[in-house]
Amino acid sequence: MTLHIDIPEETFSSILAKAFRNTAFVTGFVITLLILAMAVVSYIWTPYDVTKLVISDKTQGPSLAHWFGTDHFGRDILSMIMVGARNSIAVALVAVGIGMGIGVPLGAFAAARGGLVDEALMRINDLVFAFPALLSAIMITAIFGPGAVNAIIAIGIFNIPVFARVARAGALAIWPREFILAARAAGKSTTQISIEHVLPNIATLLLVQGTIQFALGILAEAGLSYLGLGAQPPMPSWGRMLFDAQTRMVVAPWMAIFPGMAIVITVLGLNLLGDGIADILDPKSRRQR
Amino acid sequence: MSLLEIDKLSLTIGDTQILKDMELSVASGEVMGLVGESGSGKSMTALTVMRLLPHAARATERVTFDGIDILGATEDQMCALRGDDIGMVFQEPMTALNPVKTIGEQVAEGIRWHTKATRATAEERARKMLDRVGLPEAKFPLSRYPHELSGGQRQRVVIAIACALKPKLLIADEPTTALDVVLQAQILDLLRDLVAESRMGLLLISHDLAVVTEMADRITILRRGEVTEAGDTARTLSAQLHPYTRQLAQASMHVPARARPHDASQSKPLLQVEGVTRDYPGRRASLFKRAAPIHAVDDVSLLIAPGQSVALVGRSGCGKSTLARMILALDKPSQGTIRFRGETITGKREAELMPARRDMQVVFQDPYGSFDPRQKVEKLVAEPLHVLEKKPTRTERREMVAHALHEVGLDQRDMDKYPHEFSGGQRQRLSIARAIITRPKLVVADEPVSALDVSIRAQILDLFAELNQKLGIAYLFITHDLTVARAITDEVLVMHDGKIIERGKTSEVLDHPQSEAARALVTAAPDLHRAIAKRMQEQG
Repeated sequence: MTLHIDIPEETFSSILAKAFRNTAFVTGFVITLLILAMAVVSYIWTPYDVTKLVISDKTQGPSLAHWFGTDHFGRDILSMIMVGARNSIAVALVAVGIGMGIGVPLGAFAAARGGLVDEALMRINDLVFAFPALLSAIMITAIFGPGAVNAIIAIGIFNIPVFARVARAGALAIWPREFILAARAAGKSTTQISIEHVLPNIATLLLVQGTIQFALGILAEAGLSYLGLGAQPPMPSWGRMLFDAQTRMVVAPWMAIFPGMAIVITVLGLNLLGDGIADILDPKSRRQR
Repeated sequence: MSLLEIDKLSLTIGDTQILKDMELSVASGEVMGLVGESGSGKSMTALTVMRLLPHAARATERVTFDGIDILGATEDQMCALRGDDIGMVFQEPMTALNPVKTIGEQVAEGIRWHTKATRATAEERARKMLDRVGLPEAKFPLSRYPHELSGGQRQRVVIAIACALKPKLLIADEPTTALDVVLQAQILDLLRDLVAESRMGLLLISHDLAVVTEMADRITILRRGEVTEAGDTARTLSAQLHPYTRQLAQASMHVPARARPHDASQSKPLLQVEGVTRDYPGRRASLFKRAAPIHAVDDVSLLIAPGQSVALVGRSGCGKSTLARMILALDKPSQGTIRFRGETITGKREAELMPARRDMQVVFQDPYGSFDPRQKVEKLVAEPLHVLEKKPTRTERREMVAHALHEVGLDQRDMDKYPHEFSGGQRQRLSIARAIITRPKLVVADEPVSALDVSIRAQILDLFAELNQKLGIAYLFITHDLTVARAITDEVLVMHDGKIIERGKTSEVLDHPQSEAARALVTAAPDLHRAIAKRMQEQG
């Protein structure tokens, strides 16, 4: 007899209990929550108005009045980071949404159909993948003009093949299983089977990929707005802040340090969150603690 | 003194008691059979002897091998023992070999590690060992990879690895369970010869009483971690002193009571398969030469009458499952037609197949794999209902599911559980509930009991028989196990290399097989009665 240690299928509460023993998950979760909270609070309140220029306060170092200092127009850096967070998150979130919304059905469809359809779709995918994402994003924004919306579309398009691949790989592993055969014998259509059986079984995979793409999206947005192709002034964004800080690094290092840290911490938090989720949901990575 | 001595062994994993006061001994040149149902602790016993237990496991008292205290030995001592003095053969030949290494490397690996031999000498010994297990050089050079071998051949490689260093003790954990009966007989013969040749001790672990009876000198019966009975095989099994021994023996010979064998002659056929062929493209020899197709199913015709129970028997790879898939319209025949209730189903589109699907259901072999782990029983059992013309309401649906569960002997409260909350036998009941919920005319069952323990298998066979009588469902049983065919079917079709080579009444074909392939199946099939009789005779 094989060693059939039946791993108990998890209930929601047991997953939750396990989640809170996982250091990576807890750290990532707290950081992400803080960043999100910061973005939400910025709609209601920021320490200072980020659109008002107070030239008399320009390039001041961190103080009690301005915790993170001010920029060359006398705007409060903390307030700008808070407002910038919502811009970064919105861009990354919608981009991930586009990637998932188009990529996952595409991948699932390719896996379900197989044969030539699969082959063709995946080769198109490879083609999109072959373009360096950031360069192509620059191209798109250069053609359609800079701005947050175009940045979203550009980043979103390059998320599609990522999700399509992950969804297809996951679905391919599910399709030969017997319960799928049973569903087919029961007369269910491929679409129905994909929705009812395949997607729920690859959901965790997609969730993990989602957090990773979310982090990459934030980086990409910062990159684009650093190049002036993302959100346009006076709307503050992290990448733009870094660009402004570049020429004043020596005199006003805080202008670069704090937005830089915001990016690093957010990406780190999201990556930890993704790692944590992968760890918790993957029975194979279960270790004895 | 015995080679292996297990004395009052107790084993716990976490808070669960796995083994309790286990006693067992194996002498040199002796075959000890360890029998028990799944979860009885058979595999754990083997892993304890190898000291390969999971980290959370705690073993107490004594296990002595050749004078060495196994439980007290250091990891270094164990490494020296494993593979050298103790060899192990696993159940699943598909996963027991490393797919990226050649068979030569894998057999030579242990030899080099334990004897510090050079590569050349190790390979030479590996070659000899492979010759010995029946993989001659001409057809099986050392450079073959596991995927180029069949299941039985792979198991031979696993045995070669285990026996390469002439171990004193060989542990075989269900070595033939994954193989068909003919291969099983061959592998058992090989093991028997190897034991006799080098006076190894063999600890043979199996759930199959017939296999153990054929092989073992002595037998230990394990139930829920405790030894219920142990002793000389023939005496233990003929006397059947312990009630559990009797229960096991009866279950493995169980034949469900079936009131009326079906008479197929008067009625119109339910299923007609006419000249069906399924080709797969063969491997291309060169870019320009078209490869000859492989006929997985070759010009097969068969008839099933309403309410009739038909067995399709054959060795693994003979095309049974492919044929079943075509009947279920999950695969398309290359040639020929399949008619169900007089209507042709080949070449129809999915939507047009709906009425046929309603009357045709399937039960698969693996009770673990045939349910989506993320759905509740209600939804899973109700899955075929969507082919009904009139979609049932939610309450109607729950009622139908409850009824189906009741029919297969499950509680209707089970419908809010997830499949992992059920045991293997219960899951197979769920598969049957799913298959009968639309009141089909035909159920195709692909090895429906071969993954189950004997006592549970008896219950499931009873259930099949009962549903056949009560609901008049016709069955197509696909199996390599002749006891199943004998227990529950009226007619047998013997399939070999994609063709049906023999057909007739079950008892006639199985008692007097005409074709060679059928004869091979019948003689290879382990039979408890025959095995006990033979043992008794040997001992006089």
